[in-house]
Amino acid sequence: MASEHHTTVKEPLIHITKNAAMPFWKGLLIRATAVVAAFLFCSLLAALFIGANPGEFIRAFIEGNFGGGAWSLARIRIWELIKGTAILLIISLAVTPAFRMRFWNIGAEGQVLISALASAAVVYYGKGIKQEWLLLVLMLIAAVAAGIIWAAIPAIFKALWNANETLFTLMMNYVATLSVAYFLVIWTKDKNGSSSLGELQRGHLPSFGNTYLVFTIIVLLTTAFMFVYLYYSKHGYEISVVGESQRTARYIGINVKKVIVRTMILSGAICGLTGFMLVAALDHTITVDTVGGRGFTAIIVSWLANFNPLIMIGTALLVVFLNLGAGQLATTFRVSNAFPDVVVGIVIFFVIGCEFFIRYKVHFRHKNRHAAGAIHSGSDHGNDQENAAPAPAIPDKGGKLK
Amino acid sequence: MKIIEFLLSALAIGVTFLYGSTGEIITEKAGHLNLGIPGIMGIGAACGCAALSVMIPAGADPLLPAWLIVIIALLATLIGGALMGLLYSFLAVTLRSNQNVTGLAMTIFGTGLTKYIFNALEKKDASYLRALPFFRFPFNNTSSALQYCGILVFIGIGVAIAASLILTRTRVGLHLRAVGESPATADAAGINVTRYKYIATIIGSAIAAVGGLFYVMDYQGSKEAYLSVEAMGWLSVALVIFSLWRPYLSIIGSFVFGAMFILGSYLPSFGVIIEPTIIKMLPYVVTIIVLIITSIRNRRENQPPASLGVSYFREDR
Repeated sequence: MASEHHTTVKEPLIHITKNAAMPFWKGLLIRATAVVAAFLFCSLLAALFIGANPGEFIRAFIEGNFGGGAWSLARIRIWELIKGTAILLIISLAVTPAFRMRFWNIGAEGQVLISALASAAVVYYGKGIKQEWLLLVLMLIAAVAAGIIWAAIPAIFKALWNANETLFTLMMNYVATLSVAYFLVIWTKDKNGSSSLGELQRGHLPSFGNTYLVFTIIVLLTTAFMFVYLYYSKHGYEISVVGESQRTARYIGINVKKVIVRTMILSGAICGLTGFMLVAALDHTITVDTVGGRGFTAIIVSWLANFNPLIMIGTALLVVFLNLGAGQLATTFRVSNAFPDVVVGIVIFFVIGCEFFIRYKVHFRHKNRHAAGAIHSGSDHGNDQENAAPAPAIPDKGGKLK
Repeated sequence: MKIIEFLLSALAIGVTFLYGSTGEIITEKAGHLNLGIPGIMGIGAACGCAALSVMIPAGADPLLPAWLIVIIALLATLIGGALMGLLYSFLAVTLRSNQNVTGLAMTIFGTGLTKYIFNALEKKDASYLRALPFFRFPFNNTSSALQYCGILVFIGIGVAIAASLILTRTRVGLHLRAVGESPATADAAGINVTRYKYIATIIGSAIAAVGGLFYVMDYQGSKEAYLSVEAMGWLSVALVIFSLWRPYLSIIGSFVFGAMFILGSYLPSFGVIIEPTIIKMLPYVVTIIVLIITSIRNRRENQPPASLGVSYFREDR
């Protein structure tokens, strides 16, 4: 290191400090700029690789989400948008309380899937139950119980022996996926060859108005509940304290172990409710892809909303909007149906990147100090990686990919 | 003979996990839980196969000799993986974003882009598949003796041994482990924390990417292989826990995982009838058990790096 040879203090080019309080609107403005920049970047990529000009790009996003022209189609599309948002939102709500206490539960995928399996199992094995309402109640109980078990196991081991919850919940996801695969094999054994369960004839949640209306209302109620629970209840306060500092929590008499297990039980219960709704109200069947990666996307949605249930409505809507729009684009231009994932990924990278400029402040080397320190530090950037930090407000991370 | 076929096949599939877990161990030793490994392995496979399909045009002879084709494909894979690692490091190290979120976004993006690239390659008759025999041990060998183990199997084991030696026997390895255990202490001792994190993540991602190429080109060797790369990536993350963050243990672990992974399809020929999906659950269940036992025993050397998952900001108190 060249800097060891001289005694002058080297002033780094860029100095980063925490940004304690940024006005809400300013943070929102930075995030919005990032989303718009990401959107422009994606439209550039679309123009380069699939030959969609910006007009066609925007039209695909409008058609994919709101339909084009005819009201009948528009209504279907808008309900699809609402349905997608609602599913993603409720899973995001489920993971949020644990995240607020820095318990990195990435097992929502498995918790929802195992609950859906439990619901489907009640329908499959409960042929003797004559009353439809009893069947539905049993499905709900089974689903919530399964979700709670799947969430509580890692939580108990975390609370008692500090087992790494991220890795534990990750593994539980695959046990759940393979359990579904196993039961599908058993249930479809006599249906020579086909491994798909087909539509379950019973256990349909009654619907009025639109098919997705009941589901949407339940999700909105859950959102309101979660907001009140996290911000205006004693439990919510305890969760926040545990998240800030476990030592402080212990000092003021909070039973940290109890809070961890209790919060994960709540997470699991909401995942259970989601799994029940997926089977009883939406899909009426189960496959290994019933959750389809939304358990992972939900983690990002929750984080993007800064773990605030109300903002989460917006972030969930954004992700689903991108997915449907990019999906439409992929259909129109006959490219891979994996294209939406690429678009969502890029937008998330931009938003993740912009969070830095909300949480931290970047100071450049002061002018007159710069003149004094220039002799020694001007050419000696080698041992300061902070130089890699970008100067512009919106980092062009997408550019790095190419 | 069935048993030998089984063991060789377990070794071969295990190497996919070995590449992934060796790469992930190096990254985690620097304190970064990179959940983007499934995406990175996919991108690695996609870059390698894209390079292959350029060198082997559809319906024509390969443009280059076999050994050169393999080396160039490997380079493309390494570069693809390294770029993904660079993206992750930029977000998680320089911009200090949440590691779980960054990693999962990498997986969503990576698996999406992988499918996109492979779909494009399929339109060109998937000509990369014709390079399959090139990956057999002495280039373009079709003899049955080594039909399960191509050259990448041996390279993979070599890389794991090298990573093990570097981590435990060299100053660089010591510094890297210090960065992962306590970045503030390492920083105070004059170790450039950011540089170590960057280099470890980039090298780790490049190594993991080779696992993707190996799985698609060598082990699986079919048109649909790319669809299951993601599952291989998650198994690699599991293997890291199973092998207690030690590359030399993950050589054995990868073989065990490989055996458990393929056991389901071999059991009928050994005269045992169990549903294969139950057997496929074994690697995950065993990993959970290992995780539980190590946390109950709470031996310092069997734990994950202390700062795993926590971004380092020098001015934090």
